[in-house]
Amino acid sequence: MNVAVLVKWVPEPQGTPALGEDHLLVREGANGALDPGDEYGLERALQLVERDGGDVVAVSMGPEVANAAVQRALAMGASRGVHVTDPSLRGADTLVTARVLAAVIRSLGSIDLVVAAVESTDGYTGTLPITIAELLGLPSVTFATALDVVEGELRAERQTVAGSEVVASPIPALVTVTTGVAAPRYPSLKGVMGAKSKPVDRPSLSDLGLSSDDVRPTQSIAGVEAAAAKSGGRVIEAGPETAVEIANLLAEARVI
Amino acid sequence: MTSVWIWADVTTSGVASSALELLTKARELSDDVGAVALGPGATGAAAVLGEHGAGVAYVSDDDRLVEPTSRVAAHTLAALVASGSPDVVLFPSSYRARDVAGRLQALTGATVMANAVDLPAIHRARAEVLGGTTIVDIDLAGPTPHLVLLRPQSFEPREVGGSADLVAVDVVEPPGLADVRVLERNDASADGTKLDDAKVVVSGGRGLGGPEGFRLLEELADAIGGSAVGASRAAVDAGWVPYAMQIGQTGATVKPEVYLAAGISGALQHAVGMKASRRIVAITKDPEAPILKLADLGVVGDLFQVIPALTEEVRRRTGR
Ligand SMILES: Cc1cc2nc3c(=O)[nH]c(=O)nc-3n(C[C@H](O)[C@H](O)[C@H](O)COP(=O)(O)OP(=O)(O)OC[C@H]3O[C@@H](n4cnc5c(N)ncnc54)[C@H](O)[C@@H]3O)c2cc1C
Ligand SMILES: Nc1ncnc2c1ncn2[C@@H]1O[C@H](COP(=O)(O)O)[C@@H](O)[C@H]1O
Repeated sequence: MNVAVLVKWVPEPQGTPALGEDHLLVREGANGALDPGDEYGLERALQLVERDGGDVVAVSMGPEVANAAVQRALAMGASRGVHVTDPSLRGADTLVTARVLAAVIRSLGSIDLVVAAVESTDGYTGTLPITIAELLGLPSVTFATALDVVEGELRAERQTVAGSEVVASPIPALVTVTTGVAAPRYPSLKGVMGAKSKPVDRPSLSDLGLSSDDVRPTQSIAGVEAAAAKSGGRVIEAGPETAVEIANLLAEARVI
Repeated sequence: MTSVWIWADVTTSGVASSALELLTKARELSDDVGAVALGPGATGAAAVLGEHGAGVAYVSDDDRLVEPTSRVAAHTLAALVASGSPDVVLFPSSYRARDVAGRLQALTGATVMANAVDLPAIHRARAEVLGGTTIVDIDLAGPTPHLVLLRPQSFEPREVGGSADLVAVDVVEPPGLADVRVLERNDASADGTKLDDAKVVVSGGRGLGGPEGFRLLEELADAIGGSAVGASRAAVDAGWVPYAMQIGQTGATVKPEVYLAAGISGALQHAVGMKASRRIVAITKDPEAPILKLADLGVVGDLFQVIPALTEEVRRRTGR
């Protein structure tokens, strides 16, 4: 079984990223890494191929530094990577990104499963994977909290507004996962060393059959301002009067 | 004339309040407002959609529209926008709406703007980014209708007392539709006050240490009355409470009179779902926790002491 895992490089995954002069996210020089949200699906994909055989391919689009995300995926155990980077992709919107990633997956040939996170830590649009599914004509299971391949079928449990459901889908299929699907492993030293010798493809846009029209963004930034910051309130140490203080606030708010 | 459509999430138990919110915004932008409701419950929702400003309701109650891949709904909507040619379609940020909008984008080549909080003009969206610290205005271009997903609670639903013309929608089943089956459905029980309607939301996080901790919060919520219990994603992911209780970027957005966070650190992704609350109280052991910067009243201490004492004090005052 072959699994393509989408891995996104994000600037400052633990902190607050910054906007540059051009109003785009600062990516070069940022303290970036593989999006922690992508590690869960990657881990589950690795578990599946370790059990059933096959390969995990890590696929990323992003600036030069995004290679770090692919390297991390290789260190965790992916067999190879694909990294698409091109100056014309700076400021790419979700449609452009979906077209690029869909073209990569198409170029990989026999893929049984495409795995992505429900949403990224920095962009959090959460629509990108399903756009890819439609471009590729694949069934999709979004918001999976558990996933397996049983008798040549995808089985997944997914969160819904009402609760949850268990679904079965033929493969190939695309699935987006939450942090529930697996506990990501930490790459071993051997994994990190081995990653350097694993192949990483760097196809150009024309290799992928994409024209400059295909990657023209449909969004542009018209203005940026700082949101009104909330002035912090009062901070107290818990003590015998705390319950009364909070209850007073509830009374002021007329909720008791 | 500019035409604005909204996507209404419907079920047999009614229409989501997000649809009514979106109608308020749609009416600000245009007099030509349509609402699309696809799936069981759609026809029944038309009256409410009309009262809140939809001039036309495009409806189908067909079960095929709610299969888990959202493919049928997206293809049906694609045919509908091709004939009705709205300029913009407004969606809520629900999972179903995201899936439908994402697939529709692939079919039409239209831009998708997610996490918007407003539309200052018909082809301009405003979004809060970087954890709500920065506001950006984005110009939308390319094929129409532009697809804009709005964060919950961005507008007030408003009744305007109209009625919608009903247009029956033909379901489009795309070719090569895969056979995705729902094997099992588990609906979480929906008793108690809903997060949306609650005057007070009492929320718990990892600091509660397990599902038993949430019982303390339920007792407090009961003592206050008109309250609901929420949770951080850490508590949901740990399996302590159902996803329906999650507040934040990937969960609900709430704006109660009082938000009380116990054992929650206040990560950016949690904050986007609660920071617009009228008053915020936070109880955490960590004096450096970011939630203390959002709180009107921050308490540094052990929630297992503060919460029971507070419940007792509230009971003393309310007699509940
Ligand atoms: C893409 C993405 C989307 C996300 N979406 C969401 C979302 O929708 N909602 C959400 O909540 N999170 C979301 N998160 C996760 C978020 O980043 C945080 O990991 C999460 O909110 C942390 O939950 P917490 O505050 O309960 O846990 P922690 O950060 O571990 O905080 C626990 C707090 O409890 C305190 N504590 C411990 N014991 C006690 C005690 N006895 N008394 C008092 N205080 C105590 C600790 O001091 C600490 O402040 C998302 C993350 C990503 C990457
Ligand atoms: N540039 C990218 N390269 C690889 N994967 C991506 C990229 N952008 C998004 N993804 C994947 O799609 C998911 C959803 O992204 P988003 O729509 O930005 O929230 C992410 O969590 C990733 O798994």
